[in-house]
Amino acid sequence: MPDAAVVRAASLVLAHTPGLARHGSKPMRTLPADAELTSKFLSGLRSFDDAVSYPPHQAFLGACHPRELPARPWVGTSWAGAQRFAPFGELMPEEEFLGLMAAVDEFDLLVLTADVAERAAKRLASHPLSAYLDLGRISAATGDVTAALASGALPVHLAPDTVAGALRPAHAEDESLTAHVLLENLACKATGALALLHLLHDHGLDPAGIGYTISCSEEAVGDRYQRGGGNMGKTIASVAGLTESSGADVKNFCAAPLPAVVIAASLVVAGVFEQVVVVAGGSQPKLGMKFEGHLRHGLPVLEDVLGGVALLITADDGISPRIRLDAVGSHRVSSGGAGAQIIHDLAVRPLEAIGARLLDIDDYATELHNPEITEPQGSGDVAARNYRTIAALAARRKDIGREGIDAFVAERGMPGYAPTQGHLASAICYLPHALTRLTAGDAERVLLLAKGSLFLGRMSQRSDGMSVLLERNGG
Amino acid sequence: MFDGKQVIVIGERDGVAGPAIATCVKAAGAPVAYVATECFV
Repeated sequence: MPDAAVVRAASLVLAHTPGLARHGSKPMRTLPADAELTSKFLSGLRSFDDAVSYPPHQAFLGACHPRELPARPWVGTSWAGAQRFAPFGELMPEEEFLGLMAAVDEFDLLVLTADVAERAAKRLASHPLSAYLDLGRISAATGDVTAALASGALPVHLAPDTVAGALRPAHAEDESLTAHVLLENLACKATGALALLHLLHDHGLDPAGIGYTISCSEEAVGDRYQRGGGNMGKTIASVAGLTESSGADVKNFCAAPLPAVVIAASLVVAGVFEQVVVVAGGSQPKLGMKFEGHLRHGLPVLEDVLGGVALLITADDGISPRIRLDAVGSHRVSSGGAGAQIIHDLAVRPLEAIGARLLDIDDYATELHNPEITEPQGSGDVAARNYRTIAALAARRKDIGREGIDAFVAERGMPGYAPTQGHLASAICYLPHALTRLTAGDAERVLLLAKGSLFLGRMSQRSDGMSVLLERNGG
Repeated sequence: MFDGKQVIVIGERDGVAGPAIATCVKAAGAPVAYVATECFV
């Protein structure tokens, strides 16, 4: 059995979906009763070019390191030379994304207008990943949208307000198979598949070599007898052509990606599977979550992108960054809910386990939500709060003096830059940056920390969290 | 300061959790009508 597991490769994607933003949980509840607000919302949707050139999106996709971002505000500025395709993946425009959803739709849920289907199919035919896609499904999705809407389907738009298709419910009485739920799940499947296909294509991987796929997506796939039953992992593996893979889902609210990484690495080190993929699609309900704050402050609707991530974990190859399974932090039940105690569990304990100190970490990747998205609605700067807590712990442990807190945050932290796609903003979005820096020798150790809000499900008052150390491979 | 009042407690995951605030409020003699922790991201 291998001595260690490594992260061999990682991909990140975004899909620009301003037309789907009205079906985010908050807009869906707020807009129907307020025509004036609806008008402002539609006027506040961004163009594709604005979304591509938005500096945090370019940092997300690897065009720059987050610490290289200019000072805020980022709205109204453009990243010089911004491209749709970037080192970690791409930002897909919405018409292509509707085509992608049709291409991965195995149950004829999505009906597209003839012109949208034709344009989407044509554009996807020249996409670098076209060989992996069932483009025939896009033209087969062409149908009578008006009739579908009349029979209870959910309208699907191109921004700002053009009906492009309809999403059918799959069962008249099953609330787990309503059109809204299926839109969430199909969007998650499509973004996860896009990320996984970029992983395979951009890194020249053999799909048949991958034995297991773990999804850490947030959406709940199931029916009324098994709400959230799954399995998005195998679903995405199947659509991406991983013929030898089985799969399962890891659920832990926003924290899920890190338990998924730790479990995947453990499976590799235990010799159960030689290669394991961790994948996550985006969270459609979170589109437009804070739009009222954005509009109130004269900003566009900034939560208009879905995300996706995929990474490959294998046995130690002597090159790729190692996952230190002897330096995994976990938020224990006995630790309660105080912020400092949580960070102690996630940052101090795993480092103590290997005789390391907080100063031995070059980059801390915590919850990296873009503050330009969170602050207008009163949620503050999540990343900055986490970094201050870590630095304060370092000061309390006398690793640094109190006067060193700002420098600690500046050197080992970074500005939040991720869209508020919960699980993707929680450390895992930094993983491709970590691979780049650890492989190049620009960093020796990166600690990923994520937290999940269990209390939202009203089954526990607790939160949870996990951390894991990535280390440069000494060969 | 809590005479004739009931307290609604909303905690925040990255700040102070709801049950911790509720414990303090109860210790100060106030009835807690509702307690929850929320996550705003």
